[in-house]
Amino acid sequence: MTETVRHRDQTNAAAPSRLQWERYAVRRGDRWRDIWMGRLITTIAVSTIAAIILIFLFIGREAAPVLTSAEVHQEVTVAKMVVPLASRAGRPNEFIWQPVSDTPKYSLPPLLLGTLKATLIAILFATPFAVGAAIYSSEFAPPRIRELIKPVIEMLAGIPSVVMGFFALMVLASVLKDTFGWRFRLNATNAGIALGVAIIPVIYTVAEGALRAVPRHLREAAQALGATPWATARRVILPAAAPGIFAGVTLGLGRAVGETMIVLLASGNAAIWSMSLTDSIRTMSATIAAELAEVVIGSAHYHVLFFIGALLFLITFLVNSLGELYIGRLRRRLTGVAG
Amino acid sequence: MSTDSAITSDLSPTDVGGITLTAPILSGRKSRLMRKLSLLPILTGFLTLCVVLMLVVVLWNIIAGGIGGLTWEFLTANPTEGMTKGGIFPAIFGTVFLVILMTIFAIPVGVATAIFLRYYARPDSRMARLVRVAVNNLAGVPSIVFGLFGLGFFVQFVGRGIDKAFYGGNLAFGQPAIIWASLTLAVLTLPVVIVTTEEAMRAIPRDYIEASYALGATRWQTIWHVVIPNSMAGILTGGILAVSRGAGEVAPIMFTGAAYYLPYLPAKLNDQFMELGYHVYVLSTQSPDVEKTLPLLYSTVLVLLLLTFALNALAVLIRMRLRMRYAG
Repeated sequence: MTETVRHRDQTNAAAPSRLQWERYAVRRGDRWRDIWMGRLITTIAVSTIAAIILIFLFIGREAAPVLTSAEVHQEVTVAKMVVPLASRAGRPNEFIWQPVSDTPKYSLPPLLLGTLKATLIAILFATPFAVGAAIYSSEFAPPRIRELIKPVIEMLAGIPSVVMGFFALMVLASVLKDTFGWRFRLNATNAGIALGVAIIPVIYTVAEGALRAVPRHLREAAQALGATPWATARRVILPAAAPGIFAGVTLGLGRAVGETMIVLLASGNAAIWSMSLTDSIRTMSATIAAELAEVVIGSAHYHVLFFIGALLFLITFLVNSLGELYIGRLRRRLTGVAG
Repeated sequence: MSTDSAITSDLSPTDVGGITLTAPILSGRKSRLMRKLSLLPILTGFLTLCVVLMLVVVLWNIIAGGIGGLTWEFLTANPTEGMTKGGIFPAIFGTVFLVILMTIFAIPVGVATAIFLRYYARPDSRMARLVRVAVNNLAGVPSIVFGLFGLGFFVQFVGRGIDKAFYGGNLAFGQPAIIWASLTLAVLTLPVVIVTTEEAMRAIPRDYIEASYALGATRWQTIWHVVIPNSMAGILTGGILAVSRGAGEVAPIMFTGAAYYLPYLPAKLNDQFMELGYHVYVLSTQSPDVEKTLPLLYSTVLVLLLLTFALNALAVLIRMRLRMRYAG
């Protein structure tokens, strides 16, 4: 504190006399500065609200022509994006994503299915590891090991997604193909596993936070009743923290849906309508990343890519809101218990 | 922790805050084996080990593959022979330039927002809640959507607008450029700065603030002379974490300024630039001969990884010192 006071005396080289200080508790210049800086700070803070609105507006603005523009409708409509199309005369109708062709085709179902496959595999892969590690470090790990797990998770979270994608492209794909004898190196499972590794930290962090937030008296009550650590964890801690674990999985899902570089590098990027988990996939995010750089701005293709972006934005928004909902439920439950 | 099953025999269900503790959870017979093996600690411990191994395998692979090519020349030379040889200096330069610009935008805005949330808005006011919701949502937006936003808003709207207003419609800012890429990244990393700064401000003892007010300081004087100096470490940590995050993001800069290859370094705000992450993407997907490029590619990945890890480690270090200062 003394430092601050000294500092102030130094800055006010022509400091008013003691008498003046008493009369004007705050100098006029200081008061004006206080008011204007307050306004500036408030304006800047409000601009964060503006940022999210601007994102919404500008994605929407570039996506809207898909719904409204007659020019775009000559090439594609929402109806054409969701029904199977004839690729050539005489062949059965199918879903085709073929934006660069004489008659461009923009079927969304293969992209949606690809995104769904990658995301589901990622979640199925990541959840056991992330939740298991969270249970271990909150319930069983000795303090020294717990201190070690944290930086490991932080480092895992710190790996840029392009690096994870690179690893999946160059190493993981070959290992998986050689082990299981799949036809394609780059496929849904390969991308899904890499994606899963990338979202482990998200799930872990939220789940571990929830487990540790379970009030001590619940744990102690169970133990006092003679419950083993296993019974305490399974019957008391896990049910209490369940919304938090769901929240972690949901937020991981939100992250996986929107993740781009990993799937762009590791999934093969073939937009095919197939239920097989070892076929190549093309996700929504990877489609945008791969095609937007080469598209003519203002073309139907350009607007369709923004339309996909808007869908992605909407999906992640809904998924993340669900996650927040679970977190709110957890908070209410735990404070209800403690209160 | 006694496992004596005798005491569990006639316990009535005990309700503890919605979670019912009933006798079966304590019952001996079924879980006796499990108790002996203590399955859950072993299982979860094994899963934890797997996570650690995943990290080790990825790191080990990249370090082993990239360390050989990591020479001084590699870091300081230009790419040659269609990017199959030479160094990655332009990509390093571009990345550094990009993140410096990004922090210039992100830190003041992030710190101001944190100050607003902590010292201006009442915690439960509608405005504070709205700002918090906005920040939370911003953190959840996928990075590719930020790329679309950067293109649609900064390049197409702001850039074109500047061109129309100041350059007579000639192309100057209405195209992908480092300024637009850094602004896009600044919006993306804003939540990191806000959250970290706010956390640091929360740690400032109340006495400091109250003493300042008691001395007759205005709110702004208190913030400028007490709050900001005392949360400097937190602001720094936020900035470093933002840089670490920003340096690793590729999707937002793909259409807002990153270039496949440039024979010159970016010098003006409306130049395009090369970037490490984007360089990794380009080399691994568009190289004419992947086998030939692979060693170089591994070294580039290693540089990117070292950069982000070094920054993260620095942030952890600063945070630890900060914690010690207030603890002691």
